[in-house]
Amino acid sequence: MTVQLHAPYNPGRLRELRTVMTDRNDMHPNIAPVERRVDAIQDAFDARGFKPAEVIEEFEHLTEETWIPQNGARVVAKAWTDPAFKQRLLANGRTAVAELGLSMPAHHRHLVVLENTPAVQNVICCTLCSCTAFTIIGLPPDWYKDLEYRARIVRQSRTVLSEMGLELAPDVEIRVWDTTADTRYMVLPVRPPHTQGWSEQELAQIVTKDSMIGVARL
Amino acid sequence: MDGLHDLGGKQGFGRVRYALDAQVFHEPWEKRVNALYSLAVRLGIFNMDEYRHAIERMEPRHYLSASYYERSLTSLATLCVEKGIVTQEELDRRAQGAFPIAIPSAPGRANVASRQRFVAGDRVKVRSDYVPGHIRMPGYIRGKTGVVVSESPVYPFPDAHAHGIEAADEPTYDVRFRSEELWPNSADAALVHVAVFQSYLERA
Repeated sequence: MTVQLHAPYNPGRLRELRTVMTDRNDMHPNIAPVERRVDAIQDAFDARGFKPAEVIEEFEHLTEETWIPQNGARVVAKAWTDPAFKQRLLANGRTAVAELGLSMPAHHRHLVVLENTPAVQNVICCTLCSCTAFTIIGLPPDWYKDLEYRARIVRQSRTVLSEMGLELAPDVEIRVWDTTADTRYMVLPVRPPHTQGWSEQELAQIVTKDSMIGVARL
Repeated sequence: MDGLHDLGGKQGFGRVRYALDAQVFHEPWEKRVNALYSLAVRLGIFNMDEYRHAIERMEPRHYLSASYYERSLTSLATLCVEKGIVTQEELDRRAQGAFPIAIPSAPGRANVASRQRFVAGDRVKVRSDYVPGHIRMPGYIRGKTGVVVSESPVYPFPDAHAHGIEAADEPTYDVRFRSEELWPNSADAALVHVAVFQSYLERA
């Protein structure tokens, strides 16, 4: 009796396997282009009287004018220039940002502000998806939601930050905050020494979204 | 569920595709997707935990190859079909082609009965729970020990909330872990803080 370790060469079977794999990898042989799928949902909503076009217009306005990193920049500049505000911000972020007229969605019940120092670098992420305090620091940039950042920042923080252009001295402690629940985080960057005497408005102009995520220093 | 979405600590990925002043949206349809799923949440068709879970339930090859907003779209469509708002046939007809949705859900669970209250400084261990449904515990902390840093207000319990199961709201704890303990001899030194629901924790 011979033991057959490999199935004999069978071009028909191979072709069949390849077809299955190709179909699987493409998900479907005739998958509709993504834009047509969006149209399909939008049209279905419209047919049911959900008024999607109005909501889309309203949403565009929110993303361009309301949920912008300039909000967080104002918070940071205020914290740099008003020590009492900074204390309130570190104690309860949600109520402190409300003092500046900024709000968060109802389900973001808690805003934790993470203060960087010359010896500590905080950095935020969401390994499971994309959660961020988007009404304060702006909607997350593409790379934040991408597979590489989510997979690597918790495990290879110093390497990833260095690849992204942030070289930290070996004695700087890195603290990574994974947004796995509905608490939201923002990083309070270190105020650059050359900004002594600047006004709050001038300071707000140098604060970037990336510095509030913690992948850049100012 | 131990799905592919649970990326923290996974190896083999290349450099972050980073650019200064990176964009949030690349195509106009992406904003429409974001607006449409926000509308569905506002209309009470589904909640954010159901939304997250429907992304996680995407067929793994589709999940990995889809862009962020295609994942949003797939979750939105999946839940609209599952909740009876539209049928798969209507979606396919309107899209003039196949409209893939996620794989059906496995059961969720209510809060863990023996939940404990913790205070800052407590040493806690993440329970070695394996559940088929939604969970917001990243796999890389399962069974690991850390220190409680703070407690949050209470939130709906995602393992239940994603499945329409009655459950008590519960707090989350910011728990501090050392990367060297999460991945011994295989991580850059750092403190890794994770927001962990009370049901996922026990005293160490």
